[in-house]
Amino acid sequence: MTLLAADGLQINFGGIKALDGVSFTVEPGQVFTIIGPNGAGKTTIFNLISRIYDATSGRLSFSGEDITWVPPHEIARRGIARTFQNIALFEHATVLPHLLLGRHGHRRSRFVDELLFLPRVRQQELAHREAVEKVIDFLDLQPHRDSLIANLSYGVRKVVEMARALCTEPKLLLLDEPSSGLSVEETEGMAFWIQDIRSLLGITVLMVEHNMSLVSTVSDRVLALNYGRPIAMGTAREVQEHPDVIKAYLGG
Amino acid sequence: MRFAFKTIYDHDLGLFCDPVQRRWYAALLAAVLLLPLAWPDYLSDISLVFIYGLCGLSLMVLAGFTGLVSLGHAAFLGIGAYAHVFFLQDLGLPWVVSVALAAALTAGAGMLVGLPALRMTGVYLTIATLAFALIIQEVFSRWEHVTHGLKGRPVDKPVIFGFSLASETAFYFLCLAFLIGGLWLTANVLRAPTGRAWVAIRDSEIAAQSMGVHLARYKTLAFAYSAGLMGAAGALFAHRIGFLAPDIFSVLLSIQFLLMVVVGGLGSLHGALYGAVFVAMLPVLISEMRDNAPQWIGHLGGVLGKDAGAAAYLAVERFVKQPGLEPGIFGLILVLFILFEPLGVYGRWRKLHLFFSTFPLYKRATFRRQKTYMRSERLR
Repeated sequence: MTLLAADGLQINFGGIKALDGVSFTVEPGQVFTIIGPNGAGKTTIFNLISRIYDATSGRLSFSGEDITWVPPHEIARRGIARTFQNIALFEHATVLPHLLLGRHGHRRSRFVDELLFLPRVRQQELAHREAVEKVIDFLDLQPHRDSLIANLSYGVRKVVEMARALCTEPKLLLLDEPSSGLSVEETEGMAFWIQDIRSLLGITVLMVEHNMSLVSTVSDRVLALNYGRPIAMGTAREVQEHPDVIKAYLGG
Repeated sequence: MRFAFKTIYDHDLGLFCDPVQRRWYAALLAAVLLLPLAWPDYLSDISLVFIYGLCGLSLMVLAGFTGLVSLGHAAFLGIGAYAHVFFLQDLGLPWVVSVALAAALTAGAGMLVGLPALRMTGVYLTIATLAFALIIQEVFSRWEHVTHGLKGRPVDKPVIFGFSLASETAFYFLCLAFLIGGLWLTANVLRAPTGRAWVAIRDSEIAAQSMGVHLARYKTLAFAYSAGLMGAAGALFAHRIGFLAPDIFSVLLSIQFLLMVVVGGLGSLHGALYGAVFVAMLPVLISEMRDNAPQWIGHLGGVLGKDAGAAAYLAVERFVKQPGLEPGIFGLILVLFILFEPLGVYGRWRKLHLFFSTFPLYKRATFRRQKTYMRSERLR
């Protein structure tokens, strides 16, 4: 069964058609990558899926349910988590609270229970902590558990953001440019992690990426966009060799 | 540097980091409990510090932890105070019931104000709360059936379960109990999912939302909880001042509350208390200064000669007798803090602490501000 399906997505900002009839499907267990030159509308697709923007027309469905108009906070609960291109972490907090925030959708306690910090709230917090520790082990974040985000390097912050998304226990993980700003080694590490997320955790990955070596290492399917329109879809090699893609990147 | 050695996850859930800290707090508690013996003259002022501490806590939840700045918190204090007095003296309800009802009513009012707040951010929200405060103040002066209007209404001394708490010492302990209760409840919420959601909303609404935080629900909740604390503080405040009149709950009081959380340090419970000490004690200091400063300066000037001493005396006397001195000093201090120490007294303490505990590895960038209230994103 298809996990995520976009059907004729369109969004207009004033007179600009940021996306114009984009359709694609992501199958469970795939790594699906969206590529394209700057301003092609890649991140816009992410913002539509996480419901930061409203689609002008078109339809998005996740696990067979229409999610085009569900409220934004519902998205995480349904099993879609995301990272941001320019890292949306809170600089003055340590790593641990970030990851615990990722567990928010699994909250079962009521406000009154929390006011009194009843034993069941404590139990819940301990359960969250264990889930978080699993992610910490998975992504090797043990040394950074209690460090402030402000004191972490850019590469580690990227991993923390990914960890936060993983803590929501998603079915689909949206990664917005996971390798931007990373060194060559860090990018290779990122490729391994994306493969592990897919094969060990069984999470489907949808990502936006510019680094073609990372794209061809991890992606099962690639969609190329230009000016909000899909120009090619297929395996990484097929898309890279597609004449329209070469034209979009190099001009001519 | 001291390391807390953690062996179970419960260690991260406790209210205090480690036994050393717990001992410090126990010492503080002992000091506060013994204070009535040591310093009986100032008990009434210190009770006010505790009440203001509760107010600071209330605004800290909203402004410091959720990032919603309110300039209307004096109105919530007023609603709590008037409601309490109405329930207690007109309806004859028992004291405890009356306080609980007043806090609940104020929380309801907070929720009502919170609803439009979902559509506003940054300064626009602040202006909306300011408007709310002005409207409520007008209601206080017009709704004579309950508030007795501009005539004002006297407040009886508290009687709880048949015990009169008329003495200053008894009232001091009552305020202390409320403050500790408020701190405990707030600290509990802050270490639970709700608190994390609030902080996430403060730092990045979009990130919070995509982690599944229902922005509308948690913002309303923050408003309601904050107002509820303010309502409880209002009930105590009514007894403390003994006479309610609409002009007490003015915008200036709201500004003092905001001053409290900014000077104390946004985003920390300690900050609320530092700010309360500061705001409640500053008027005491100013009035001391008003009485004594001309003489001191006169003596100092007298060293230079008799005429200089007399001139200095007159100049300083004219300055300290100016009517707007107190709000002026409050304003000046607020500006200086925002310019030089946006993280407040508690922020300065943390910096010092970190400087010595991580010496020579301290770096200033650790405390660089990520977001300010004036960024365009906040003005949306």
